[in-house]
Amino acid sequence: MTDVKNILLVGVGGQGTILASKILSNGLLEHGYDVKMAEIHGMSQRGGSVVSQVRYGEEVFSPVIDKGNADIIVAFEMMEALRWLGHLKPNGKVIVNNYKLPSARINSGIDQYPENVLDRIKEKANITIIDAADIAADLGNRRTMNVVLLGSLIQAMDLDNIDWNTVVKENIKEKFVDINIEALQAGMNCIK
Amino acid sequence: MKKLLTGNEAVARGAYEAGVVFASAYPGTPSTEILENIAPYKKDIIAEWAPNEKVALESVIGASIAGARSLAIMKHVGVNVAADPLFTFAYTGVTGGTILVTADEPGMHSSQNEQDNRYYAKFAKIAMVEPSNSQEAKDMMLESMKISEEYDTPVLFRMTTRICHSKTIVELGEREEAIKKPYVKNLQKYDAVPSVARELHKKVEIRLIKLEEYSNNSPLNYFEWNDKKIGIISSGIAFQHAKEVFKDTVSYLKLGYTYPLPFEKIKEFADQVETLYVIEELEPFIEEQIKARGIKCTGKEKLSNQGELNPDIISKSLLNKSHEMIEYDASDIVTRPPTFCAGCPHRGLFYELGQRKNIMIAGDIGCYGLSGFAPLNAKDTTICMGASVSMAHGAQKIFNRYNENVRAVATIGDSTFFHTGINSMLDVIYNRGNSITIILDNRITGMTGQQDHPGTGYTLQGMPTTAIDIADLIKAMGVKNLRVINPNDLNEVNESIDWALAIEDEPSVIITRWPCALKKYSSQDLEEFGPIDSKCIIDEDACIGCKQCVKTGCPALIYDPEKNKVDIDPIQCVGCEVCMQTCPVDAISKVGVKND
Ligand SMILES: Cc1ncc(C[n+]2csc(CCOP(=O)(O)OP(=O)(O)O)c2C)c(N)n1
Repeated sequence: MTDVKNILLVGVGGQGTILASKILSNGLLEHGYDVKMAEIHGMSQRGGSVVSQVRYGEEVFSPVIDKGNADIIVAFEMMEALRWLGHLKPNGKVIVNNYKLPSARINSGIDQYPENVLDRIKEKANITIIDAADIAADLGNRRTMNVVLLGSLIQAMDLDNIDWNTVVKENIKEKFVDINIEALQAGMNCIK
Repeated sequence: MKKLLTGNEAVARGAYEAGVVFASAYPGTPSTEILENIAPYKKDIIAEWAPNEKVALESVIGASIAGARSLAIMKHVGVNVAADPLFTFAYTGVTGGTILVTADEPGMHSSQNEQDNRYYAKFAKIAMVEPSNSQEAKDMMLESMKISEEYDTPVLFRMTTRICHSKTIVELGEREEAIKKPYVKNLQKYDAVPSVARELHKKVEIRLIKLEEYSNNSPLNYFEWNDKKIGIISSGIAFQHAKEVFKDTVSYLKLGYTYPLPFEKIKEFADQVETLYVIEELEPFIEEQIKARGIKCTGKEKLSNQGELNPDIISKSLLNKSHEMIEYDASDIVTRPPTFCAGCPHRGLFYELGQRKNIMIAGDIGCYGLSGFAPLNAKDTTICMGASVSMAHGAQKIFNRYNENVRAVATIGDSTFFHTGINSMLDVIYNRGNSITIILDNRITGMTGQQDHPGTGYTLQGMPTTAIDIADLIKAMGVKNLRVINPNDLNEVNESIDWALAIEDEPSVIITRWPCALKKYSSQDLEEFGPIDSKCIIDEDACIGCKQCVKTGCPALIYDPEKNKVDIDPIQCVGCEVCMQTCPVDAISKVGVKND
């Protein structure tokens, strides 16, 4: 039972990590995997750092991913990738959105945004940088940034054999389905 | 059908399948979504927000006595509020099966303490179950109803944050329509006067013996035999973490029914394994009881009683093993502490209050509790819901007695005022207090995610109802010094604080009335407050970079140190005008835009 895979989706409250992990875990469920997904709601949500943990395989016990045990981290925001890097397996992958969201304290000049975030991750891990904001904007809706990143994740984890279009249809409001399917495909195309 | 459900969704589904007819709760993380997910079963279940947890449990007791299966739901500290009815309900027992869900919060993601509510089962002498995933959460609702009716006991249903908020796979079932029992007047059971209560206590002790028998035979407590060198007794989420670490290399006694404990099974297990570990989150609830019966085991010497447990902690503590990790410099990564949203109506009040000297600001529980952080720094204390008003009263009495020049100001939200603030207000008035009470009426329960309450005019299941007016209530209590103000108008705020501080020998009350920035406006809100149809913009040439506006702590204000200018994020701004009023050079103005 060493086949359990661990995915960490990290970002900032409001970026759509929850929807992305919902689509992801429902797809994995349809495919017949055992799936567990952990999130923390509540106070930490207001502009705070958010994390969804998705684990799947033949049989999953704990819903939480230990430090040093994530196969892949998908960071919707750059500093969050750095924050969670300790959770990655030493040979794991990082997909990072090329996107900065300063905290309220950084905006008001109390704190500073860390420097050279992407280079610092590059030194330590196998990183793929995705311009998800630009890709989503080109598609005509910046809000689909989360699904672009989901597409990249799916490709990087070799999960493209699942019928994601159907899963998207089941989890997204009808009028946004088409654009999200495009976003998913665009994200998948970013991974060779 | 199989679905991925959070523990909370699973409990809601379980309530439906178990034939619950009446459910009441007061919101509180991590329990809130349980009742929210029950509410849509309108045809089958009456679901209500109560003003507080004591009231929630009491209405549920009434529904049970009237003959229906009933459910009360609350966060861990809510059970403290409901403890009074709980302990006597434990004596009377039930007519319709009754479950009390307690959602505990190891790690305190959004709570003021991390008490382990399993002790309530032992203290009140009632049955308890602890699910370890969503499937169990749903199934145990059905089993708990049976336990409740068969053994005539309320059942404490103990959840924790990780169970509440993790999604795992659940196989759905059908609703079991329970036959409503007739209401029968029965003073010997339900009239807990001393003579009756003495008899009831005897029954409680007999019930405990029967429940222990159930525990020993319950399918909720089972063995998983593997190698017998190590045996693990565990319950709740800790069991899943333990299995993650040890897989099938050790034997388990998994406990789903944890009060009274199944001592026969525990003894049988202990006799067969060489080393016995008890793996539980928070306190040594199981371990202490096992040791008290003379069975040797290891638990809290190795595992902390603080915070959430996870596989890593178990692996490090018991096996001295952990995953290899990437080493890197994380020293300059900054935190993202929660802040008032852009347009939050609490901002204006605390911006002004934080600048006052010689005041003690008694805070309370809710979004306005965030006032304590920089840059507002406008809070001195937090204890529990409703405490601000009574604490300010006590403190003011002492400042007065010792002639100290300090004024005590309580700040309390609307939902919190209805919860228990009302009682504290009575204390101030009755005992001739002179503390200042500020009620932050943002027309909704904000922190827990926009729940209606007695002041909003709507019930949980969407019916229009009487909106209790806090100002009328305060007047009816006999307060003469009352002002209702718009907290986004800084002059009005300032002037009202001056006014209250000048009233030295009587209670005074200020109600700040403006909707939460996240609230979906009702038609009454639109009529009273108008639509949100404008935003603030900043004239870059006029901005002198003084950062006065930034001191309001609004997340929509972005300071650029290179340009030494402030910009306003148009996506976040809702045009509350607070920043505009702080600008010394009038660089900020308001423009009308269509609401998107
Ligand atoms: C006894 C108890 N019950 C419930 C909670 C959870 N809780 C924390 S804040 C809050 C709501 C506060 O609402 P309100 O007073 O209207 O203030 P707002 O968040 O809207 O500013 C609740 C229900 C708690 N901490 N303690």
